[in-house]
Amino acid sequence: MTIIVKRLVLAILTITVAALVTFIVIQNVPGDPLYEWAMDMVQTSGLDFETAYKMAAQMYGYDPNQPLLDRLVTYVKRLLKGDLGYSMIYRASVNQIIAKALPWTAFVVSVSLLLSFSMGVILGTLVAWKRRSILDPLVTGYASFTAATPDYVTAMLLLLFFAINLKWFPSKGAYDIGIEPGFSLAFIGNVLHHAALPILSYTLEAVGGWALAMKGAAISVLGEDYIMAAKARGLKDQRIVTSYLARNSILPLITGLAISFGAMFGGSILIETIFNYPGMGWFFSQALMRKDYGMMQGLFLLTITATILANFLADILYAKLDPRVRLER
Amino acid sequence: MRTLLRNRRAVAGAVILILYFFMATVGPILVPLKEGEPWKAFRPPSWEHPLGTDYMGRDVLAQIVQGSRDVLFVAFLAALFAILIAISLGIIAGLKGGFTDQILMTFVNMMLTIPHLPVMMILAAVFRVKDPFSFALILAFWMWAGLARAIRSQVLSLREREFIEAAKLLKLGTAHIVFKEILPNVMPYVAINFVSMMRGAIVSSVAIMFLGLAPFSATNWGMMLNMATIQTGAIYIPQALSYVLSPLLAIMLLQLGGYFFAHGLEEIFNPRLRAHE
Repeated sequence: MTIIVKRLVLAILTITVAALVTFIVIQNVPGDPLYEWAMDMVQTSGLDFETAYKMAAQMYGYDPNQPLLDRLVTYVKRLLKGDLGYSMIYRASVNQIIAKALPWTAFVVSVSLLLSFSMGVILGTLVAWKRRSILDPLVTGYASFTAATPDYVTAMLLLLFFAINLKWFPSKGAYDIGIEPGFSLAFIGNVLHHAALPILSYTLEAVGGWALAMKGAAISVLGEDYIMAAKARGLKDQRIVTSYLARNSILPLITGLAISFGAMFGGSILIETIFNYPGMGWFFSQALMRKDYGMMQGLFLLTITATILANFLADILYAKLDPRVRLER
Repeated sequence: MRTLLRNRRAVAGAVILILYFFMATVGPILVPLKEGEPWKAFRPPSWEHPLGTDYMGRDVLAQIVQGSRDVLFVAFLAALFAILIAISLGIIAGLKGGFTDQILMTFVNMMLTIPHLPVMMILAAVFRVKDPFSFALILAFWMWAGLARAIRSQVLSLREREFIEAAKLLKLGTAHIVFKEILPNVMPYVAINFVSMMRGAIVSSVAIMFLGLAPFSATNWGMMLNMATIQTGAIYIPQALSYVLSPLLAIMLLQLGGYFFAHGLEEIFNPRLRAHE
């Protein structure tokens, strides 16, 4: 059995086990989650309790009086149809919520990764190339500072100073309500204005780590013979740095890129909550705070699937990019 | 010891950690929590209240001090539980080998790939955590996997050494081998990891408290942030700035201390790192 198949089996197994465990945990919630929902419907729509309870059970997807195994079968059947569940507080399917939320998270996460990765690579290469310069202690110090600071502390500080105190940036939403969504300059500007602080928090946190990783990789590449040969051939510094040093040092970082793409979906919970940014993390924290188990389960399943697939992808990518790693080992 | 003192980062980290230790132990006696005086809500810093007051007119400094005890207690318990699981499973996997090892390592790999914070949050929310022990257990359950894997590989290499072979030949029994030969050899490694684990537990526990998912201690820094941002909207009140900033800076400084200390220790115990400097 090749390693790829092994990894794929492990990935699928992990997703299945995680989904199953979440299912069982959520099924055994203390108290009756349908009760509150049914009571709410009684008050808002004037139904009698019996009917409201039945309706709630139907929307929720199963009846808590059924045996666990039957409920699991119903759950899996719905999952296989691509139905991730129903949100009690939004009265909408989790799929609809994801369709609304996912683009925002994907947008913020990709822009932040792109920014922090490219800045980190440039800084790391420079530091490795000029080891005696003032840049080295500065970058290393900055990196340990951000590695020690939790991302939500950075986000809170940015919110307090740039959104609330100085009012340079908005503190909620992905765009202003008054603006018509579309491909207009005003809309894109507005979206960027709202996404600026979340992107900044991710980037400030991540850039130091990338710079350190790149520095480490570049220092080991600097010891290679082909760098010496390039120097001996009298190539310009700039050419050695870009075509020989950076190109070869970037390889080990690519896997990290895939992994952190997955990890940032999980990490978006607090940052999006702090900036009231309506992405996956924000909806997930709403589900947690307001005990919306259906939405919790659906969003979590998508998050673990994304993370685990990103890890799996990273493994394959690494082997493809670096021929020295043989997957068949 | 001398190498420890010569490592400036480790010393700075240790000083910060010692300060927090005193804050958590003697602090609450020196700065006791008092009843709130609601007419004094959201006061800026003054001689009477060095860090201002909160939405109930309670002293923020006293809450931060009491909070350090709550935060460190949960983190200490979580790290302890996680290390106990990691040591037992790591040693079992390394010593038994074969099928047991395979099963355990598959389990470890699964635990490592599942994103931790969302799971911890779900568990805290579903079980409505109300005490530090169950909270620490939830945290610990998602913290042990990496260390267990590292201990397993240590045990694998220790197993081949002469002194273990000798103990086996002398028929000293598994208990002797585990407690007298293997444990002392993995202990330094575990000690370094303890600080890092507590750091991780602090970040996650405060995050979970921030969302109000484990509402059992009102002075936990995460709970203070929850009150300030989500419940009362104190972040929008300029006079309450010190109230909001205090828990943030408290976490930041503690994290920096832990980071410097752990990295300093690593440099000391791992001479290869020192050679690079």
